[in-house]
Amino acid sequence: MSSYAHHTTGEPVADTKAPQGPIAERWDRRRFEAKLVNPANRRKHTVIVVGTGLAGGSAGATLAEQGYRVVQFCFSDSPRRAHSIAAQGGINAAKNYRNDGDSVHRLFYDTVKGGDFRARESNVHRLAQISVEIIDQCVAQGVPFAREYGGLLDTRSFGGVQVSRTFYARGQTGQQLLLGAYQALSRQIAAGNVEMHARTEMLDLIVVDGVARGIVARDLITGEISTHYADAVVLASGGYGNVFYLSTNAMNSNATAVWRAHRRGAYFANPCFTQIHPTCIPRTGDHQSKLTLMSESLRNDGRIWVPKAKGDTRPAADIPEAERDYYLERIYPSFGNLVPRDIASRAAKNVCDEGRGVGPGGQGVYLDFADAIRRMGRDKVAEKYGNLFDMYERITAENPYEVPMRIYPAVHYTMGGLWVDYDLQTTVPGLFAIGEANFSDHGANRLGASALMQGLADGYFVLPSTINDYLARHPHQDAVDDTHPEAAAAVREVRDCLAKLLSVDGDRTPDSFHREIGELMWEYCGMSRTEEGLRKALARIPEIREEFWHRIKVPGSGEEFNQSLEKANRIVDYLELAELMCLDALHRAESCGGHFREESQTPDGEAARRDEEFAYAAAWEYQGTGAAPVLHKEDLVFDYVHPTQRSYA
Amino acid sequence: MKLTLRVWRQRGADAPGHMASYEVDGISEDMSFLEMLDTLNEDLILRGEDPVAFDHDCREGICGACSLVINGDAHGPERTTTCQLHMRSFDDGDTIDVEPWRAAAFPVVKDLVVDRGAFDRIIQAGGYITAPTGSAPEAHATAVPKADADFAFEHAECIGCGACVAACPNGSAMLFTSAKVNHLGVLPQGSPERETRVLDMVARMDEEGFGGCTLTGECATACPKGIPLPSIAAMNKEWLRAVRKGPR
Repeated sequence: MSSYAHHTTGEPVADTKAPQGPIAERWDRRRFEAKLVNPANRRKHTVIVVGTGLAGGSAGATLAEQGYRVVQFCFSDSPRRAHSIAAQGGINAAKNYRNDGDSVHRLFYDTVKGGDFRARESNVHRLAQISVEIIDQCVAQGVPFAREYGGLLDTRSFGGVQVSRTFYARGQTGQQLLLGAYQALSRQIAAGNVEMHARTEMLDLIVVDGVARGIVARDLITGEISTHYADAVVLASGGYGNVFYLSTNAMNSNATAVWRAHRRGAYFANPCFTQIHPTCIPRTGDHQSKLTLMSESLRNDGRIWVPKAKGDTRPAADIPEAERDYYLERIYPSFGNLVPRDIASRAAKNVCDEGRGVGPGGQGVYLDFADAIRRMGRDKVAEKYGNLFDMYERITAENPYEVPMRIYPAVHYTMGGLWVDYDLQTTVPGLFAIGEANFSDHGANRLGASALMQGLADGYFVLPSTINDYLARHPHQDAVDDTHPEAAAAVREVRDCLAKLLSVDGDRTPDSFHREIGELMWEYCGMSRTEEGLRKALARIPEIREEFWHRIKVPGSGEEFNQSLEKANRIVDYLELAELMCLDALHRAESCGGHFREESQTPDGEAARRDEEFAYAAAWEYQGTGAAPVLHKEDLVFDYVHPTQRSYA
Repeated sequence: MKLTLRVWRQRGADAPGHMASYEVDGISEDMSFLEMLDTLNEDLILRGEDPVAFDHDCREGICGACSLVINGDAHGPERTTTCQLHMRSFDDGDTIDVEPWRAAAFPVVKDLVVDRGAFDRIIQAGGYITAPTGSAPEAHATAVPKADADFAFEHAECIGCGACVAACPNGSAMLFTSAKVNHLGVLPQGSPERETRVLDMVARMDEEGFGGCTLTGECATACPKGIPLPSIAAMNKEWLRAVRKGPR
């Protein structure tokens, strides 16, 4: 019996594309079984790619290299600004250059376990296999990874693993990988193979006869609404962490593309699986517009601690060693400071809830480099983490070489997203989702340095192979244009929504609503969740939505550069998505990974999964604003990694 | 803190612009400069006025979107991006001028937002290594001396914000272009296209209407990522080398 009274459960959803057989052979088998498009015919196929981050940039470049006609969109002024650029720490790959026992199977195992057994085995294994090719590809493009004196690539360790498999470019790995993809994409733009639309935002999906055939987009400079048609549509529009208002996401990252695709029939899977990153700079006040991450790589050398005594307000330097609690090293001796993110975040919350937090409001813990500086010297620490230390000092006006950093968990990544099969196709034929936009390979918790791996695996290698099969089987003959009733309806709905936002002329700004829904979500659907809290949130969200449509104030018009209108239009989607996240969190009456239900914990306070009832991915089907969606379950089968209680002790 | 802002307002690319004065109050020194502008915009919206348009996204100094000239300096008084500039760098009662990047090659879109598409077109002209997906050799097939890898990284750090152009009295894009030329040129993977890259990128840079370089050094002083001024000299050397190598 489900605990939520109002949603209904429909037919199970199954991944019909993953081949059977030994897991290590499935990707080869799928690539062989997939139909191909003759190189001479590829230029007759148009593929729309929405987004230019690691997934979208690499997919657009690769599809164009293969000969497809690509039409690509980003809301920024340049494809180089996608938020993948902010990823700091690194990218995992099972190269085993360290000879430390790593292998494809170990990366696969670590990822399934790190995700708390809520990911699909065949996808994760493929990801681990492809990881090694990604490093080769990026090096060939000129990505300046860190190197040893012998000229070979350097690696470091990340949370939840005991090998050193993370490749990095100082604290700017995402930037360097993204610029690699951006440069490959630029080459294709110059060659005329990619038609790039910058400062253009997708506002709806055009579905004709049940098949994705195009999008409705808005030129953010002129406000012009345009339609674009294609043989397939790929969403690479990122995650939805900004529903929380304060997160490490960029200010303009948003859920509009995926949510509007969901409204057009694409199932949304595991929306409640949110990653709260343990090492972010604590907030300083109500003016805060976003939170800044401090890379997980810092946990290689930084030690996390709080005072043993409650309410100890002495400066860190005055607290003697014996009165400090290095709580991660104490509770999890084998992984120490490098436990997975969900565990590190909850542990930080627990010590702060006990009244042992540090800094203003007691919402912080120390990340201390004093030992590392003693051991390696200040110069070596600066070489490894210099830019992160500088960024910390700029924001907080404190020098982390002298005093420990203060950190606190913040929303960082969303494991949930559009449901996709092994081919990365959604439940709408012809609509694909890649990177953070899909519900992906991370289960209920993503390991550090795995987002870059997955984004590039999807974009460079998976999608360009699997989309061939779809295009070969659906050689569209009928052109669609604006006169088609389903296209016209999509355009009309987009125009109506924008007109309505401009016409309310109320007394509240878009930001005030964003902040309100964000605070509600952080309170009730954040680091720890209860049935009571989630029910409160579910009661409150429709009220906020109602108030939004009566009190929103958007100045200006729709026929100009209007950032308030862009923002308000994105909040419309957050106000629906938030409700689905809470419903998903409520129905999943177990704890797993980043989803912690207080009712379901072990005697030690760790997440207690309930595999008999919840070993499935929850794929939700839209039924209308405020109407309870239909749940479709995809049962997860574990043939290779036996689900156990995760132990990092 | 209470401040007076004088902000460049311009409705569109072809509209005339002017400096408009605004008072902002209750500003905390922990706010970033952009959060201070958020506060102004919240007030403007509630007063029924058009908020100030400005580019911004990651707000952690890496995407390169933010782009304000503050009191005459690109990205303001500290050597960082506008989003990482905090109000503790200012005093209560200050008057602060806020303007967009000024350069012929960066036309104003609205208020403080400019069009930096010219940068994308310089990269498209040759700022890449041709390595189609799937064609790569094993990553360790070619060792890269650490010094070269570090040199490449130092130049690859460019975020494409355009502060170098905004700071330059000539509106030159030499620092931006040289950063990419040097990043890729020093790597063994980038050497097959070493000559065409520098020639094509420089030609494109000139076509876009950027000014010439007279080595005033304002670019490197304004660069939030510390791309060094000798980068330009290194590109000039690369360009001469490519020209002397003869016709392609």
